[in-house]
Amino acid sequence: MLTKRIIACLDVRAGRVVKGIQFVDIVDAGDPAELAHRHAAAGADEIVLLDITATHEGRGTLLDTVRRTAANLFVPFTVGGGIRSAEDAAAVFDAGADKVSINSAAIARPELIGEIGSSFGAQAVIVAIDARRATGSSDPVEEAEVYVSGGRKPTGRRVVEWAREAEQRGAGEILLTSMDCDGTRDGFDCELTRRVSEAVQIPVIASGGAGNAQHFAEVFKAGRADAALAASIFHFGITDSRALKAEVAAAGVPMRLPC
Amino acid sequence: MIAVIDYKAGNLTSVVKALRHLGAHDIVVTQSPDDVLLADKVVLPGVGHFQATQLLHDLCLTNATREAAAKGTPFLGICVGLQWLYEGSTEAPVTPGLAHFAGICERFPATFNGEELKSPHVGWNSLDDIRPSSRLLTGIAPGSFVYYTHSWRAPVSADTAATTNYGGAFTAAVERDNVMGVQFHPEKSAETGLRVLKNFLAL
Repeated sequence: MLTKRIIACLDVRAGRVVKGIQFVDIVDAGDPAELAHRHAAAGADEIVLLDITATHEGRGTLLDTVRRTAANLFVPFTVGGGIRSAEDAAAVFDAGADKVSINSAAIARPELIGEIGSSFGAQAVIVAIDARRATGSSDPVEEAEVYVSGGRKPTGRRVVEWAREAEQRGAGEILLTSMDCDGTRDGFDCELTRRVSEAVQIPVIASGGAGNAQHFAEVFKAGRADAALAASIFHFGITDSRALKAEVAAAGVPMRLPC
Repeated sequence: MIAVIDYKAGNLTSVVKALRHLGAHDIVVTQSPDDVLLADKVVLPGVGHFQATQLLHDLCLTNATREAAAKGTPFLGICVGLQWLYEGSTEAPVTPGLAHFAGICERFPATFNGEELKSPHVGWNSLDDIRPSSRLLTGIAPGSFVYYTHSWRAPVSADTAATTNYGGAFTAAVERDNVMGVQFHPEKSAETGLRVLKNFLAL
């Protein structure tokens, strides 16, 4: 049976893993390569590394971090942050990534999705969407808006429509982050996740708000997510993938349990 | 020498990295039929569109593979590399496969048992009906999880060495003598995947 995926996310700045609360308040949490291996050994189904500064000067550092992290990592490995062209993506693949996650650059130039896909396959392209509910609207979920530039800039585009377009342009997966929930540890935005998951055929990865195992079970069931991302939940000894997956499995969600 | 065939279908870094990790150091990433004929083992990775396998014909690698297979060289196709071992795929009907195994690869159905079936099939799924005599799957316990990402699949036949269930059973691994293939990505399937590659290297 196809299992639901738990994806460990490492937010990286200047070669170190950090975790912000609602995109600010940065706290140092360690070495990316070391943490990636620890997560994989504990049963994380995939590893995502997001370069949250993604400055031009930082590219060399990032590629070095990707190379170190990918060495001896034998689960799927995604890299995102600052990928603006097919050449940027090629450099990240060459350093050992299996997939790239693109966000602002895909909004700015949607053709980029197909350009990366034509060389590396659709499965290698994740379109990340930072979403915020449209408070004050009669349907705040349907009218939820896409934000870019690390959540600083509204785009005027609707989340569900953009997810559909990304799929048509050849995205392999959608990584949906709820900015309203991110960092709160109060649970995922299940309603928004379900709306997007029902709108597209490709897998949807839910992100933002994980605080406990119950939250994961909810987003897999009510949110119809195919995978869910967790970052801060792991880093400070709250739990590890092994414990988390055992609890999610006990709640009736198919999980790959490490031996 | 292990020849890893590069036919511009995706990224070979991960496969080569996994083989090196398992102690294979004499690896040649190649498009040359001569390398395929000289190699002790041949690996055909590949993700993406079946159409990309057209390059194998254009580079005369189809005949080289046939010849290598006939003289007993262990051959492993991965993902689209497995699909190419069949007669063809509905993904690219004008591009024939090697036809070493009978059957045509087809797309996952849109629905199964009345329920919507998402496609591509992405994620970790279990190996079932593992053939006990399979050399490639030696030591792999039934129910072990492996990582998939694909929209087309090969039919189950007498050569199937293991199945996986998604919208019905499909061929997860195929094996007849020295020619074998896996639909999943062993280089991305943690310990289970590394064991498969280790078994192949030990042939």
